[in-house]
Parts: sequence; C-alpha cells; structure tokens
Amino acid sequence: MATSLDQLSDDPTRTVRDEPGGSPRTPSRRRRLYKHVILIVFGFAMLYPLLWMLSSSIKPSDVIFREPSLIPSAFDFSNYTEGWNALARPFHHYLFNSLIIVVASVIGNLLTCSMAAYAFARLQFRGKKWFFAAMLATIMLPIHVVIVPQYILFNELDWINTYYPLIVPKFLATDAFFIFLMVQFIRGLPRELDDAARIDGCGHFRIYARVIMPLCVPALATTAIFTFIWVWNDFYSQLIFLTDPDLYTVPVALRTFVDSQGESAWGPLFAMSIVALGPIFGFFLAGQRYLVRGIATTGIK
Amino acid sequence: MNGTVKESATEQQPDAAGNSGRRSQRNTLAKREGRAAYLFLAPWFIGMLVITIGPILGSLYLSFTDYSLLQPPEWVGLDNFRRMLEDSRLHSAIVVTVTYVFVSVPLQLALALALAFFLDRGVRGLAIYRSVYYLPSLLGSSVAIAILWRQIFGTEGLINQILDVFGIQGEGWVSHPDYALSTLIVLNVWTFGSPMVIFLAGLRQIPTMYYEAAEVDGAGGWTRFWRITIPLLTPIIFFNLVLQLIGAFQTFTQAFIVSGGTGGPADSTLFYTLYVYQRGFGSFDMGYASALAWFLLVVIAGFTAINFLAAKRWVHYGD
Repeated sequence: MATSLDQLSDDPTRTVRDEPGGSPRTPSRRRRLYKHVILIVFGFAMLYPLLWMLSSSIKPSDVIFREPSLIPSAFDFSNYTEGWNALARPFHHYLFNSLIIVVASVIGNLLTCSMAAYAFARLQFRGKKWFFAAMLATIMLPIHVVIVPQYILFNELDWINTYYPLIVPKFLATDAFFIFLMVQFIRGLPRELDDAARIDGCGHFRIYARVIMPLCVPALATTAIFTFIWVWNDFYSQLIFLTDPDLYTVPVALRTFVDSQGESAWGPLFAMSIVALGPIFGFFLAGQRYLVRGIATTGIK
Repeated sequence: MNGTVKESATEQQPDAAGNSGRRSQRNTLAKREGRAAYLFLAPWFIGMLVITIGPILGSLYLSFTDYSLLQPPEWVGLDNFRRMLEDSRLHSAIVVTVTYVFVSVPLQLALALALAFFLDRGVRGLAIYRSVYYLPSLLGSSVAIAILWRQIFGTEGLINQILDVFGIQGEGWVSHPDYALSTLIVLNVWTFGSPMVIFLAGLRQIPTMYYEAAEVDGAGGWTRFWRITIPLLTPIIFFNLVLQLIGAFQTFTQAFIVSGGTGGPADSTLFYTLYVYQRGFGSFDMGYASALAWFLLVVIAGFTAINFLAAKRWVHYGD
C-alpha cells in the first residue's frame, strides 16, 4: 500500500491539481524532501539523549557539563575503567550474572511456551476453550499482584538470593505473551503438513519437534529476542529476589551505583549505562525484522 | 480429522461390529490426542497453578491479614481496606499514577498515530525511520535510561545546558515537586515507537481503493483522514489504548530510579506500584501490600472492562 500511494503522488495530474501554477513535478519532490527533513530532525531529537550519553561517557567528567557538543574534543576511556571497578565486584561480574538469568530464561520460554502453543494451536482436548481464555487473561495480569505471595513461596523454599525465582517460572510457560504469539503463528501453518507427517507414522511429539518447530523459527526468534531484552531490562523482580551484592545483575548493580555515587560520578555512571544498553542495542540491530513482526502481531513492547 | 486415514481402512466392513470398532478407534485416537495435549501443557499447568493462580488467591487471603513474614498471618478482616481509606500517602500515589496514565498515554498514542500516518505515505527509507523511532521503546524501561533521565532533567543536566544557551535559568526538574512527574511523562511519550509500529501495520490493512473512491468523489486529504483512516483504524487505536493504559498503570523502574526509591520529591513521583513496593518490601507489611495490589488488579480489570464496553460505541470493526 505504501508503494501504491507513492505512485499516486507521482501521478502528474494529481500534482498539478495540488499545486496549481507550479511546474508539474518539482512541488511533489520538494514536499517529499521537506518530509524527510522533518523526519530526520525529529529522529535526531529522539536519539539525541542517547547520543549525548554515549559522547559524555567518553569525555572527562569535568567537561561533560561544560562542553555541550556531541563530538568529544578528546577521547577519554577512563570513565569506563573507573565505572568498571566502582562497585564491590568488577562490572563483568554483574554482566555475567545477568547473562546466566537471560540465557536460562530464553531456553525456558522457547521450550515451554512453544509446547503450550502447539497444544493450543493443533490438539483437541477437554477444556481447551477455558484454558485458552485463562492463558489470555494472564497476559494482562500485573506482576505486582502476585509478587508478594510469590516472595513468600520462594522464601519458604529458601530460594531468595538464588536465581531460581527468576528462572524457574520461565520453564513453566508463565510468559503467556509468547504462547499467544506462537499460537497465532502455528495457526497460520498449513495443516496438511501435520497430516502428511501423521500418515508417515509420526506421533504428536515428532510432529511438534520435526515439523512445526522448524517452521516456527521466525516466531521463536521473536520470542528469544523479546525474552532477552525484557529479562535483561527487568529490574523489579531482580530487585526483590536478589539482595546479596554478589548475585546482583546489571540493573540492580547500576541502581546501587547511582545511589552510592549519586551526582558526583556521571561519567562512569554513563559509561556503565552504555555497557548495560549495549546488548539490547545489538539484539535490536540483529533482530529488527523479528521485533517489528512480533509487535505487529501481538502488540508487545 | 486426524482419524481419516484409519477410518477409510475400516470402511470396508459396513456391519455393526465394524461401526463400533471405528468409533472406539476414533475414541482412542481422541484420547491419545488429549493425553498428548496435557503432556505438552504440563509445564504451563504447573506454572498456572503455582506461579499465577495460587499467588492471586494467596494475595487475596493475605489482604485480610496482618503479616510480616516473621509470624504467621493474622486475620484482621477489612482493616487493611479501612486503612486504605485513611492513608494519605496512598491517596497521593493514586493521584500521581492517574495523572501520569491519563496525560502520558493519550500524548503517546497521538504522537504514535501522527507519525505512523506521516510515515505510511510511501516514504523512502521507511524501515530506517521505523527502527529509529522504535528504539526508545525497547530501552525506555531500563535502569540505564532512568539514570540518563535523572541527569538530563537534573540541575546541571542537558535540558538546563540547552536552556542556558538561550539565557534561561532552568530548574532542577527532577528535584522539583511540580515538575518531577512531567519528566516521567516525557519519558513515556518518548517510547511511542511500539504503538506506532502497530499503527503502521494497521494502516497497511486499509485497502487503497477506499482512498481512490473517496478521491473520485472529491474528498480532500483531511476528510479522507477523518472519514476513512480513523474509522477503519479504531480497532487498532483501541488495542493500543488498552495495552498502553495497562502498562502505564504498572510503571515502576523509572520512578524508582529517578527518585532514588523514595517517590520524592514530596511524593510527587510516588507511583502506586512504588508505594506497594515500599509497604511490602520496605517495611514487610505484606498484608497491606496485598490489599493494595488487589486494588490495582481490580482497577486495571475495571478499566479494561470499561474500555471494552465503550469500544462498542466507537470501535468500528467493519462488516
């Protein structure tokens, strides 16, 4: 549709009608140029805070507030070394902790959400309608409602200050978003494939593993990328379940950093914030296609 | 459906015995399929019971108790809810949250819609613009961005540097009770990219022929926007509205970091969720925190329901 509209505005008769008196083609071209200028200026304004943080992270702390230019006059990476060692442990310790939780969460979500999705999309069983409705309802459930009893439960299990409260739920398909995403995706796959595999003697498990999953790669990629970004960014549950500084993840470590150093150490703080945002940015660049498709089909952030 | 192959095999014997055999065979197949389904759903069932429904009921029970983790919960009836009526910090938290939700969400959606509409008209490099505008949505809820915000709107921050160029003496925006909440509203509006992407997908669905027909009838751009685009887009607007409202009610990280966990200055960024956190995990007042959390659940469910009811009047699902 976008291209057809583009062609529409290229139609000379229409241009003439829009801009009587002007030469037939230039006004439309000029207007398109204006549009790009507006879009670029706006995009730059949107990204300005991020670019500014990046450039401030490589400026000496005392210059950050005196030199508003985005391009630093001198490159200085001391903020990074300072920030890396500002907390009880070097920063890679926290990166590694975050990575453990993220990788485990991605595996858990890929496995259990896809299993649930296969059942909902392809199999008939008693109570399916109700279970599906219940699953959809939990998508909207605020974590704040369940966190207190969850805390009590995990406390009983002696799981506070372990990574279990953050990882185990992911192996129990609690991120219903992804079940929904994959159900939608599997429903779009032709059923003839299942039937053909069944004629060849495949059971449900082999159909799931050998037929459906390989075709679900785009949905699985969306799930993996979003799980990575959400868990990497997640602050609330990590703040609650992890109080031992050795177990801190990147967001919790950053919070400790900002609270202990406060306004005095913006340079190192920015440097570590950039480090924290790096992986998200990387995944964003690598997986844009899947991200956009994922939001467009389910509306997740 | 999956029984078709076996069925045709038994079709050869049309006597009574064959019939019942076919039926029982179909039954075993259905049973097998049901059993497989429950196996596939086993992790989800356990999660649903232990991680979701159990805690929902648990927090409902706890909301009628006084509980600090150290002693067993003590039943206090409606005391927690009575306390909510008199808790002035709670009241300011509600005002802060409601202000935030009802100012930032409409602004965010309006911006998302405007840009989606602007971008949809065959702009070259659409994918690049879309990515650039979308990026803040991914980063917006992170601690790192909240730290950045705290600096940008600080006394010596970026905003004041820019104002300084124009000779204006700025405030310490995040430390001023009148402005602190606005900085968080700006942050939420900044993440307009994800509803924008959904709007873009929705705009794609509108058939070009509607516009062509309207043009033939002499409708101008403005008329086409209000008479074709907006009505056909109402399901998407509605979807985004529900989604963003629910998300905004649950904002936590940004307020926590910008205010250093206090909700200050003068409780001006004391979001509802932050207050629940303070009661539950700051003072281990688990019973009261549960009552607060349940109230949030009821409010969110209520708003969603109202949205769905209202949607009947303004959402246009086509025919």
